[in-house]
Amino acid sequence: MMTSKTLAKIDPAVLIAFGCIVLLLGIGSIAKPGFLSAAYLVQQLQTASFLGIIASGVMLVMLMGQIDLSIPWVIAMGGMMATGAEGILGHTLGQPLAIPFGICCGLLAGLVNGVGVAYLRAPSMIFTLGMNAVAQGLMVWHTGGFAPQDAATPLMVALASGHLIPDVPNPLLIWIVLGGVIVWMLTRSRLGRQIYAIGNKERAVFLSGVDSRKVTVLVFAISGACAAAGGVLLSGWASRSYQAMGDPYLLPTIAAIVLGGTNVLGGRGSYLGTIAGVILITLLQSILSVLQPQDYFAQLGVKLPDDVFRQVVFGLVIIVMMMLYGRERVIR
Amino acid sequence: MTVAQDPAMKRPKRGSWRYWFAAQRGVLVAVAIFAVMFAVYGAAQPIGMSADVVNTAVNKGALLALVAMAQTLPVLTGGLDLSVGMTFMLANCLASAVVSGSPGMTALGIVIVLVAGLLCGLVNGLIVVYGRLQPLIATLATSAIYFGIALAVRPTPGGDINGAFADWMTRSTYAVPSSAVLLLAAVVLVWLPYRNSVLGRSIYAVGSSPQAAYASGVNIARAKLSAYTLAGLFAALGGLLLTCITYSGEARAALGNDYTLNSIAAVVIGGTSLFGGFGSAIGSIFGAFVMRTVGDLLIVFNINPVLQPLFVGVVLLFAVSLGSLRLLRIRNKLDLYR
Repeated sequence: MMTSKTLAKIDPAVLIAFGCIVLLLGIGSIAKPGFLSAAYLVQQLQTASFLGIIASGVMLVMLMGQIDLSIPWVIAMGGMMATGAEGILGHTLGQPLAIPFGICCGLLAGLVNGVGVAYLRAPSMIFTLGMNAVAQGLMVWHTGGFAPQDAATPLMVALASGHLIPDVPNPLLIWIVLGGVIVWMLTRSRLGRQIYAIGNKERAVFLSGVDSRKVTVLVFAISGACAAAGGVLLSGWASRSYQAMGDPYLLPTIAAIVLGGTNVLGGRGSYLGTIAGVILITLLQSILSVLQPQDYFAQLGVKLPDDVFRQVVFGLVIIVMMMLYGRERVIR
Repeated sequence: MTVAQDPAMKRPKRGSWRYWFAAQRGVLVAVAIFAVMFAVYGAAQPIGMSADVVNTAVNKGALLALVAMAQTLPVLTGGLDLSVGMTFMLANCLASAVVSGSPGMTALGIVIVLVAGLLCGLVNGLIVVYGRLQPLIATLATSAIYFGIALAVRPTPGGDINGAFADWMTRSTYAVPSSAVLLLAAVVLVWLPYRNSVLGRSIYAVGSSPQAAYASGVNIARAKLSAYTLAGLFAALGGLLLTCITYSGEARAALGNDYTLNSIAAVVIGGTSLFGGFGSAIGSIFGAFVMRTVGDLLIVFNINPVLQPLFVGVVLLFAVSLGSLRLLRIRNKLDLYR
């Protein structure tokens, strides 16, 4: 069991992740003079907050030793249902209920995931994969049947790109609030302890008189809702929703969570680590676009698309960092 | 652990037909589903079951079948390979660049593509075995790298392949599609000898219980390495076949991911346990054909194309949920939990 005392001791994984963030900031400031300016860093944090909100839910699922592969299309579902709410619910209801409607759709998808994993005992990897396909099917049907409304409401745009507090972008504010709630939940509430315990040994949790299946359903529902909320914000940020808007988020989400020291097999990990992982991934992507490594190769006469470097460096960083602190024990 | 609870493993006397039936149950279910679906497809097809219809269906199915065979091996060890789709795509891009010219050059190109696939698999294996990373993480990371390399090989879709070779790979001889022969060759020349060797049996042992396998003197490192490396070979074979069908190479993230995800679904439909230690690559082949026939059936029955992805998803969820029928046989509630 995790107690607040052991949580207070900071995991080496989190330290290494934060160390890498500092290293990346250093490289960035050498490569580009304006890199360390407050405006640029706040902009990075704003970009990170979309990933952070999505990763929050998935992290809870991974703490239970499960995985949620349905997030790409649940993100798209959240965005597309929120922007399309007016067409589905009618003008009077759709306008004010757009955001809750989008998030509820994600929650529903998460609920189905949870029931499949907890009550049907299906492996989460394959069940959430099926849910991803179903969500994709529903969205393709939604756009194919009639011309859907895809413009974000003014409130969504304001949530994604406005500033309630000067200089603090709204998505960052939302991430801070959501993160605060999750940290409280994980460290101070019964639900948090049950999540860690299920990740360690679900059988023991059952024998302790806890209905672990209800907890599992709840956590998958939270994950769906977080992904959909991320989708709502992303469509507010882009002012519109579109199919496959969630596709670029699956790999960075899982990478951010494991780089933050959460064990894929469940039971271990802290939200602080996930924050570090999210910022690390965002900075890495930003630095690769600042450094423009393809230009050096172009000078050598080799023309390569910039995505080549983004992908290869991304993969290498995950492998190298996980070698530092994510290795499994030797079987004996 | 799950294997011990699986009723299929309550072994009757060895050699009896019940033993064989219990061991092959997953494969037989997949074969039955496929046979029914394909019969319906053939009957509903307006032009009937001609050699052309079969050839097209087998070509499409063989692509996923090879990737699903690749996925089966790591899954049997209790792992997972999320990079099979990208290895498949990398092989496709590479084949569109090197498999051309004179027969000698073409043969050399084919060897290069297959060796590249083996290398991709070997790298996965080395990271999983000696790096001791979770297979999920390791192959997620290498899938990004392989995608990057595929993009470097072919920044824009295009390329070419030896026309004679491609024609031969995609046509039928005496109503037998060459791609079916390729699948058969992969099973008879690679899978069956491997499955019946000590090395092949040891991946089942590792998948059932790594501790027990270690205690019995199984070389775990070699078993896992061989599984991941062979997976790379199968994925590269699939990529080569794709190049023969499309005459070009394309590096598109969605394509690779689609194959990876569908391969996992095919493996599950084919009766292989995702917890490892139980199943076979032959089941995965039929699982792959089931996945592909679902799409064909929808076209034949003239279902609105925008509904197709939804149907495929629902069929997948339904197939996975069928597995939970085993819950009805569990007497002790504690057995539900791991």
